[in-house]
Amino acid sequence: MANKHVVAAVNEIPPGGRKLVEASGRAIVVFNLAGEFFALSNRCPHRGGSLCHGNLTGLVLSNEPGEYNYTRRGEIIRCPWHSWEFDIRTGKSWCDPEKVKARRFGVSVEKGAKLIEGPYVAETFRVSVEDDYVVVET
Amino acid sequence: MAEPGAIDCDVHPTVPDNKALLPYFDEFWRDSIVSRGINSLESISYPTKSPLTSRPEWRGKNGYAALSPAEVTAQVCDRWQAGTAILNCLYGVQLVYSEDMAKAFCSALNDWLVKEWLDLDPRLRGSIVVPMQNVEYAVDEIERCAKDKRFVQVLVLCMQELPLGRRHFWPIYAAAIRHGLPLGIHAGSSYRNPVTALGWPTWYIEDYAAQSQGFQSQVASLITEGVFAKHPELKVVLIESGVTWLPSFLWRFDKFWRGLRTEVPWVDRAPWELVRDHFRLTIQPLDAPDDPHAVERAIEHLRSDDILLYASDYPHWQFDGDAVMPAGISPEQRRKFAIDNPLATYSRLREDAR
Repeated sequence: MANKHVVAAVNEIPPGGRKLVEASGRAIVVFNLAGEFFALSNRCPHRGGSLCHGNLTGLVLSNEPGEYNYTRRGEIIRCPWHSWEFDIRTGKSWCDPEKVKARRFGVSVEKGAKLIEGPYVAETFRVSVEDDYVVVET
Repeated sequence: MAEPGAIDCDVHPTVPDNKALLPYFDEFWRDSIVSRGINSLESISYPTKSPLTSRPEWRGKNGYAALSPAEVTAQVCDRWQAGTAILNCLYGVQLVYSEDMAKAFCSALNDWLVKEWLDLDPRLRGSIVVPMQNVEYAVDEIERCAKDKRFVQVLVLCMQELPLGRRHFWPIYAAAIRHGLPLGIHAGSSYRNPVTALGWPTWYIEDYAAQSQGFQSQVASLITEGVFAKHPELKVVLIESGVTWLPSFLWRFDKFWRGLRTEVPWVDRAPWELVRDHFRLTIQPLDAPDDPHAVERAIEHLRSDDILLYASDYPHWQFDGDAVMPAGISPEQRRKFAIDNPLATYSRLREDAR
């Protein structure tokens, strides 16, 4: 059964924000895309760069030379080492989506009241009944 | 070893001097060339006396080789058993600065090729030499010459004023596609820029060795500028490029594409895939050791048996004896390189074959 880790209070990671956390000894980066949370291994599958420290950008595609269709602003993270693009929603790289992907982790938002009942691991947290929390599964 | 019926994709007819072309100019240009004393457009890319320019035993009067169809076909077709030879004329028309004069020279050269070569031997085919000094003129020359189906390709030099991918040149590629002509890029320079990015080198050996850098940059330019996104039918033949620089260059180009592709989002596939689909390379010279295993490995690194084209590069001195096909090429590959791949590349040769 997956371990569930309380890694942040919801208000710590506002929309467009990200937080590097540790769960079961793994470095994980949690993103907030307009209220939806996504968690990826922080280790770039290419050479291990820290994805949390990359540039957040959009997806640029083109139908023909000179045309730049820029969509999904804020949903692509580029590794700070070699600038490879990763889709935050899927973890897949743009250049080689089937072979090169950042590992995804389940993530949810839970009420503090529920967390206090367990079976959650709140390693570094004081959880209060009134607040909401980001929970990562490993 | 010969492959009967081979298509030799790189053979060079020699223009001895401007006198040979005079009948093919109009009166204004004929008189101008004579009165200005423009005797020859010999380029330093292939100086007559350079050993590379011709094997010694093929040199005739004044050191020139390949002066007539009979001389060329005796070697290329009779001895080496090519059924077809594509003539790529390297006379230095690209060096001319005047756009108008360049146009006149290209037209004269192409007409000379028709009358003094193609008309004299049915095994010969030609490449249309175009005045890249002016895009409209280049398109006009393609339109004019392409009516003759014996022209099978558009020919430009590897190094010229601007990188070939620039959008400014695209009407030339559209014209080539309209007529089923690949774009042949041959080693050589119009000497508008130094032949190395470092500046002018001192020696001929540097100039010739630097050609592979020029080819690399042209591959990068054609891909990144989006020529194949816009013109997916375009085929490009790299002629006399040396071949074996390609895998290591693609290794680098693919690697950086992964991080930099957002600059050129129309490049939506890895560059090596675009090379596999759009580029072909002639097999002489093949820059590899004589060891057949090394040749075999070098060809494996190209990742496709579809991209090499048989070519002797006659009369250039790239190999000794009859070793047009380097040792290490399998019989199946030989047949592909000599016949299947050229037919797949040159649509006008396919029409002939039907």
